[in-house]
Amino acid sequence: MVSVCFYFQVHQPFRIRDYSIFDIGNSRCYFKGSKDKLDNEAVLRKVADKCYLPANKLLLDLIKKHPGLKVSFSISGVALEQFQLYYPEVIESFKELVKTGSVELLSETYHHSLAFLHSLREFKRQVSLHKKKVKKLFNVTPRVFRNTELIYNNDLARVVEGMGYEGVLAEGADQALSWRSPNFVYKSPSGMRVLLKNYRLSDDIAFRFSERSWSEWPLTAPKFAQWVSSVNGNGQVVNLFMDYETMGEHQWASTGIFDFLRALPRELFKHPDNDFKTPSEVIKSYEPVGVFDSPGIISWADIERDISAWQSNKMQRAALKEVYKLEPLVLKSKNKKLISDWRKLQTSDHFYYMCTKWFADGDVHKYFNPYESPYDAFINYMNVLRDIKSRVSELIL
Amino acid sequence: MCDADYNGLEVADLRVLMFGWEFPPHNTGGLGTACYGLTKSLSRQGVDVSFVLPRKVDVNEDFLEFLFADVSRASMINAYSSFTQAGKEYCNSLLEAVNKYADRVDALIKSLEFDVIHAHDWLTIKAGIRAKELTGKPLIMHVHATEFDRTGGNGVNQAVYNIERRGMHESDLVITVSNFTKDKIVKHYGVDPQKVVVVHNGVELPLVYRVRQYKKDKRIVLFLGRLTLQKGPDYFLRAARKVLYHCPKTLFLMAGKGDMMPLLIDKSIELGVSDNFIFTGYLREKDKKSVYQMADLFVMPSVSEPFGITPLESLINGTPVIISRQSGVSEVLSHCLKVDFWDVNQLTNKIVSVLNHQPLHDCLSINGCLEAAKLNWDEPAARCAEVYNNLISGS
Repeated sequence: MVSVCFYFQVHQPFRIRDYSIFDIGNSRCYFKGSKDKLDNEAVLRKVADKCYLPANKLLLDLIKKHPGLKVSFSISGVALEQFQLYYPEVIESFKELVKTGSVELLSETYHHSLAFLHSLREFKRQVSLHKKKVKKLFNVTPRVFRNTELIYNNDLARVVEGMGYEGVLAEGADQALSWRSPNFVYKSPSGMRVLLKNYRLSDDIAFRFSERSWSEWPLTAPKFAQWVSSVNGNGQVVNLFMDYETMGEHQWASTGIFDFLRALPRELFKHPDNDFKTPSEVIKSYEPVGVFDSPGIISWADIERDISAWQSNKMQRAALKEVYKLEPLVLKSKNKKLISDWRKLQTSDHFYYMCTKWFADGDVHKYFNPYESPYDAFINYMNVLRDIKSRVSELIL
Repeated sequence: MCDADYNGLEVADLRVLMFGWEFPPHNTGGLGTACYGLTKSLSRQGVDVSFVLPRKVDVNEDFLEFLFADVSRASMINAYSSFTQAGKEYCNSLLEAVNKYADRVDALIKSLEFDVIHAHDWLTIKAGIRAKELTGKPLIMHVHATEFDRTGGNGVNQAVYNIERRGMHESDLVITVSNFTKDKIVKHYGVDPQKVVVVHNGVELPLVYRVRQYKKDKRIVLFLGRLTLQKGPDYFLRAARKVLYHCPKTLFLMAGKGDMMPLLIDKSIELGVSDNFIFTGYLREKDKKSVYQMADLFVMPSVSEPFGITPLESLINGTPVIISRQSGVSEVLSHCLKVDFWDVNQLTNKIVSVLNHQPLHDCLSINGCLEAAKLNWDEPAARCAEVYNNLISGS
């Protein structure tokens, strides 16, 4: 038996507009850019039209056609907030998916933040904010947790176990798995159930699907279904974890990604031993085969699969230190708008944009960076933080 | 690439007749620096260069054979200013020097053997054209700057423009130092883009890199270049006044001379920032190096910069840079901050940010230095050698 477990991450940050020193003290409008790539509303509508709406519709059709199809999503709070603000139809289409009963929603930090690494209290607050938001919009309470960008270590498993979750998602990183297969359920040293991403098969879809230089191009549904089926006999679950934006945004519709997704359930069901499960179902169905011990921090980012994409250079570290230093004062202000603005500054994307690793080589970091350079990202961020600080002083002193 | 790659037979037999206007240490600007770097790397790649200078100066490099035309010194001074600013008298004397240079070519190259002619800028192109007439060898015009850059588009001198245009059209091929300049000559000089090859400049690398240390109570922001319209020193001054509002202890160093110097000094007094300004005048190599290292930040706000080697020089000395987008160097540099030259507020914003945030300064400095260190002259020289070979073989 091989269970395919699909998990899609849905996230859009509140990108900071070009905010110069001349704006400090004069404008509290940080997240309304007019430049193409910094206009959050325009970006959201574009991605929704290319990905969220058509992909949701396709999944809804597929679930009707194949009642055995299951998928799971984690939708960040800041993404949900922007859907509500700019494109409520997207929320409606997710609601319809959830209503089918074949879709599980997962928990994460509301602000898609790195709070777990910097402030455990703030981390718990943001998880609870997200939980409330999901409950309010979809009337479900998530039972499985995934941290921002699959950032994970043994402590995370222990902490979220203490918060009542039944399982947690992580990258099937070689540094922690070594020779073992990601295609089983594991447990953390503290006993928490861990589902590990099969990064080879996941990335075949997410990154390599349209890469013509790849020896397996073009990737067809029958071929992929055969790879999955071959796990039979030496694995129980294939965890396909990826950004939902893979569908139509990272891989454009013209690459055939939607046709691939449309054909995949049919192809997988051709093999009688295959089925689909949500993360909760996987945990219920399979016993852990061993301990997944990851004292070090892993993630699903870059080839390093560590946290260097967000905190490896001095700018990133300084920005993170500054924003978390403000925690006690900002919270003390009890000012809702200020707290909300401060939390939006914790979204991991801001630090990703400051990453200088590979910048000049024009790789994915550059592709996903709406700023001219990591340095410009830092300048805008620090200017906004200066303004936040002055607001804090006004309210508290 | 290793040296063996360059010593292939094809390259080894190449002989180039190159017309220059100046050469270090007797140079006033980037043209001489570029000629030095290019010829040094060409010779390492097995290309023989005979380098012609308009007048006899004390230069001695083991990788070059120098030839001197006998043009008088007085007529050559400061070839970079635009004529509008420099006056008519000066203009005539420079044009005279350019013509004289060309007149000497017959005698100079009489017994010289070469395969291709390479002339730098309008100042030498007449000599290049003459050499082509005499020998029928293919001619390359290497454009480091156009009259549109020097004048900012206002008051283009017709005589200079005509020489440039004729040179571009009579050459078999034109090299420009950037896409920025290529676009200019296609647009303003009607040159067929197919005939233009872009070869970005490089930078001479030091043997030892310096580790920066902070022990000053004042931050220093550096401008280094001719104080002419083209280089945008007035935008620097206007930004400086705004920077001082946020960082009152900043010192602004203006290194270089030029026709705008009196005006800039007046303006610095008028704006009330003269206490924070130091005008150093023209600096020689050694002093240049120490101001680069002394500074916390280098700014190149050029209005129109065909390439711009100074930001690369600053970076290899460990000092981060802000450069104008209206420059060729911005096509090859990513670890820096960029502004539109007219956007004084953005320039201010970025200067203040570098001065206020040490982590920003350090990241720009380290990554910029690593990036600049890759931009040496080997690649540009290899591209030129390729151009020579293609021309000679007629492809």
